[in-house]
Amino acid sequence: MEQPAILVEDVSMMFHMNNEKIDNLKEYVIRVLKRKMQYTEFWALRNVSFAVQPGERLGVLGFNGAGKSTLLKIIAGVMKPTKGKVEIRGVVAPLLELGAGFDMNYSGRENIFLYGATMGFSRSYVRQRYDEIIAFSELKDFIDAPVKNYSSGMRARLGFSIATAVEPEVLIVDEVLSVGDAKFKAKSEAKIKGMFDQGVTVLFVSHNTAQVRSLCNKAILLEKGGILAQGEVNQVCDIYDGMVKRK
Amino acid sequence: MFFRELYNYRYLLREIVAKNIKIQYRNSVLGIFWTFLQPLLTTLVLVFIFGYLWGRDSGEDIVNYPIYLLCGRLLYEFYSQSTKRAMRSVTNSASVIKKVKVPKYIYPLSNVISNFITFLISLLVLAGFALFFFLTKNDPPRITPYALLFPAPLLILFLLCTGIGLILSSLAVFFKDIEYLYDVFCMLLFYFTPILYAPRQLGGNRVLHMALMANPLYSILEMFRDCVLRGQLLNPNHLFYSLGFSLAVLLIGGILFWKKQDRFILYI
Repeated sequence: MEQPAILVEDVSMMFHMNNEKIDNLKEYVIRVLKRKMQYTEFWALRNVSFAVQPGERLGVLGFNGAGKSTLLKIIAGVMKPTKGKVEIRGVVAPLLELGAGFDMNYSGRENIFLYGATMGFSRSYVRQRYDEIIAFSELKDFIDAPVKNYSSGMRARLGFSIATAVEPEVLIVDEVLSVGDAKFKAKSEAKIKGMFDQGVTVLFVSHNTAQVRSLCNKAILLEKGGILAQGEVNQVCDIYDGMVKRK
Repeated sequence: MFFRELYNYRYLLREIVAKNIKIQYRNSVLGIFWTFLQPLLTTLVLVFIFGYLWGRDSGEDIVNYPIYLLCGRLLYEFYSQSTKRAMRSVTNSASVIKKVKVPKYIYPLSNVISNFITFLISLLVLAGFALFFFLTKNDPPRITPYALLFPAPLLILFLLCTGIGLILSSLAVFFKDIEYLYDVFCMLLFYFTPILYAPRQLGGNRVLHMALMANPLYSILEMFRDCVLRGQLLNPNHLFYSLGFSLAVLLIGGILFWKKQDRFILYI
């Protein structure tokens, strides 16, 4: 059997929930002196395990607060889990929040290289993709203007173009298919579908079961940090839709 | 493992260093000339005021007051600017760190490096001053082959700033008010380092001298002045003390940062 592209093994994530957030030294010293350092433990994820084989497209379903975002952040490598481990094979492109690595004072051109470097790519590699990125983002006339003067749609377009230009093997998508105006939306959906056809492994998070059914072939359903159901996409979506109706 | 990761992210390091330098001077009319102008103007002001008070008392240790003062100013400015910027670097990059997997130490490190580069450029002002006094034969600095040793104190200073930067940047994630405390600390440090005065001018107070000797910035500064101003071999005691101190700080900073970095995301 092939090695899974994404392997999540017994992952748990615990947060400290303070009643009041202490973010300065003064408060901290006062609390320590008063011996009032109280935390409530909150487990956002409990013993989550699953594997995604190369080329599989996994939908992640769940209500708000079920732990979807935490799971995505752990898989994207942004957070370390409290327990368990995650293994990923291949180049990952997280389409979590587009344009998060942008510097507002920098021009679009400079941000392409900065964002590329943030994702770990060399300058020469980004230069090869440069024309493609600009063409796809349709920002040729604004590429030397600082990004702070861009509209949010323009920023998202540039972010999407850079993130998808790198030919990823694992794509992590968090409901970003609605980028920019209707025209760009259609274009970006076509691009993502094209990547699906090339056999990228996909992790797709959404509330929209219709979208999940059409894009994914497998799904997991999270509830209060645990996996409630996992398996073939239509079965899991039926369970989720049933839960939605009951609420 | 650490070095392989750093190697993999060398492009990011370079991009951020370049960005810091570019952004700092982009919106000013004179651009990179501020690197020269700022120390030049502040030194002129300080020479004008303190040179009048103490400068005429130039002995073996001061040689030439404007250059003596400029050495101190430049090194102190680099120390305070780079550590302050490094301190804010992690919290300022919150939007990236929260969304993209990236080695976090890149941020304090790149801020120290970019400040080091502008600091090296500003050393040209020092060279200009030295040349001026050399040509006018007015208390000329003693330029000898020992001047070539000047990179040694600067590299030690770089290590010190990186270590302090790592410590401050991880503390600033958890305690926002550390910034204000550090500003006050830097102001104290300015007066506790012989920048405007020579240690001998403090008189015979033993406690004051002990405090001065414990200050690694003092050792580094004295070594630098030995090289470029007094034309003598740098004091080995200063060398060992400041190198040991800086490496210890770097080690502490590295361990602290490494241990706390996974929790940054929960606080920024």
